[in-house]
Amino acid sequence: MTLAPPPSSRVQLTEDGKLRHFLSVEHLPRSLLEDILDTAASFVDVGGRAIKKVPLLRGKTVVNLFFESSTRTRSTFELAAKRLSADVLNLDIAKSATSKGETLLDTLRNLEAMAADMFVVRHQDSGAPFFIANEVTPRVAVINAGDGRHAHPTQAMLDMYTIRHYKGGFAGLRVAIVGDILHSRVARSQIHALNILGAEEVRLIGPRTLLPTDVEQLGVTVFTDMAQGLKDVDVVIMLRLQKERMDSALLPSEGEFFRLYGLNNEKLRHARPDAIVMHPGPINRGVEIASEVADGPRSVILNQVTFGIAVRMAVMSMTISGQESNPDHGGDHGR
Amino acid sequence: MRWNQADTDALITVMSEQVASLYDAAPPLLVGIQSGGAWVASALRARLPVEPPIGSLDVSFYRDDFDTRGLKRSVKPSDLPFEVDGAHLLLVDDVLMTGRTIRAAMNELFDFGRPASIRLAVMFDIGHRELPIRPDICGETLALPPHQRVELFGPAPLTAEIRDIRPEE
Repeated sequence: MTLAPPPSSRVQLTEDGKLRHFLSVEHLPRSLLEDILDTAASFVDVGGRAIKKVPLLRGKTVVNLFFESSTRTRSTFELAAKRLSADVLNLDIAKSATSKGETLLDTLRNLEAMAADMFVVRHQDSGAPFFIANEVTPRVAVINAGDGRHAHPTQAMLDMYTIRHYKGGFAGLRVAIVGDILHSRVARSQIHALNILGAEEVRLIGPRTLLPTDVEQLGVTVFTDMAQGLKDVDVVIMLRLQKERMDSALLPSEGEFFRLYGLNNEKLRHARPDAIVMHPGPINRGVEIASEVADGPRSVILNQVTFGIAVRMAVMSMTISGQESNPDHGGDHGR
Repeated sequence: MRWNQADTDALITVMSEQVASLYDAAPPLLVGIQSGGAWVASALRARLPVEPPIGSLDVSFYRDDFDTRGLKRSVKPSDLPFEVDGAHLLLVDDVLMTGRTIRAAMNELFDFGRPASIRLAVMFDIGHRELPIRPDICGETLALPPHQRVELFGPAPLTAEIRDIRPEE
């Protein structure tokens, strides 16, 4: 199955511009991304309370639909839904229905019959969450938790939250994204989000073999040398080097990659003295990042995880809210 | 009908006298509901002999009309810079009508801890109650027809006026 993402993300918004599905940050207005970050700020505080729960989505059912396995993303979505008081069903589809020959649509219809209110979808094929968003019954929200090489919008938004938290905003910021850009849906979503939010410069650093050919069209500057690329940046985002890619001819060896592109204190010295270091996790120590940096004072990697729950709570409540208030979908559809 | 700064000052004075008669020992901790209630709470605090700690609540995540109205565009973080467990709290809002906001605020407060007591102070009580909630402290009671509301403007100057509700409300 190959599903090309539609050119426009019109399906994501209601007629009055509210978020209805969250599939990609591309083409979304800046004000909406800022709304997500502001709403997330209120949810960060919920995590520090005696009772880490608000009743906003009480009685709603969230289905985590993971066609590709993931522990961290799935658990933070699960925790986010539970902190909103929703009921959560985790489905590891890679191991269940589709392997018995059920089609994606049949799986969907079955889950809808259980009166789900939201699907959180991860799929190995780019565009699958768009396909699902177009097929679901009205009033069911779809959130993209990573599709193929295309997008991982909630990861990008938690990264934007982290940057805004530590840097106060995006004006004048230089951000470097380092490593395997070619296979990274995280990097694609980050580039769009940084450009929409008005970062001064987005730099991509990596070997030619791991950079998409037409990447400059995304409004970025490309470097193949770490010292040049990191010079005076405010934020360094390291990407995970997916070990399964090592078998291909794209890379010489882990040791060679670390020597050229792995972030250690010596290379980090080229960045601004107050630069922060981020990583979407899970980290490969000694492959793309040295322990001295990952555990060092400029690393905000674990803070990203904490903020990630709040950002996912924000996106979940905003999309359910967008479904509820959508004038097209006024009927109650038998519920 | 309009209340200018001097008029709202007079209402705050009425409220502060009621606070003094209700709490003879220590003053209560103030909790203002965003955003009008937070303005009233800080004006009230400035009028008390000892300025008590003050916090604010945004009850958006606790409202009972999320299913029909959705989430408000700008939700502010709730900020309670004190221990709620065992505290005597005075919940402050600008206008009391149905009582649903107060119900949501009390639910939220209990997620922070178990207060020793909660009392309610409002600047205006306009009736039309839908829940068994009444103010302990009240600046002014108004009998408004169903299509009218009081709207507060602030934080400084703090003014209020009666207006007709818009159709979408």
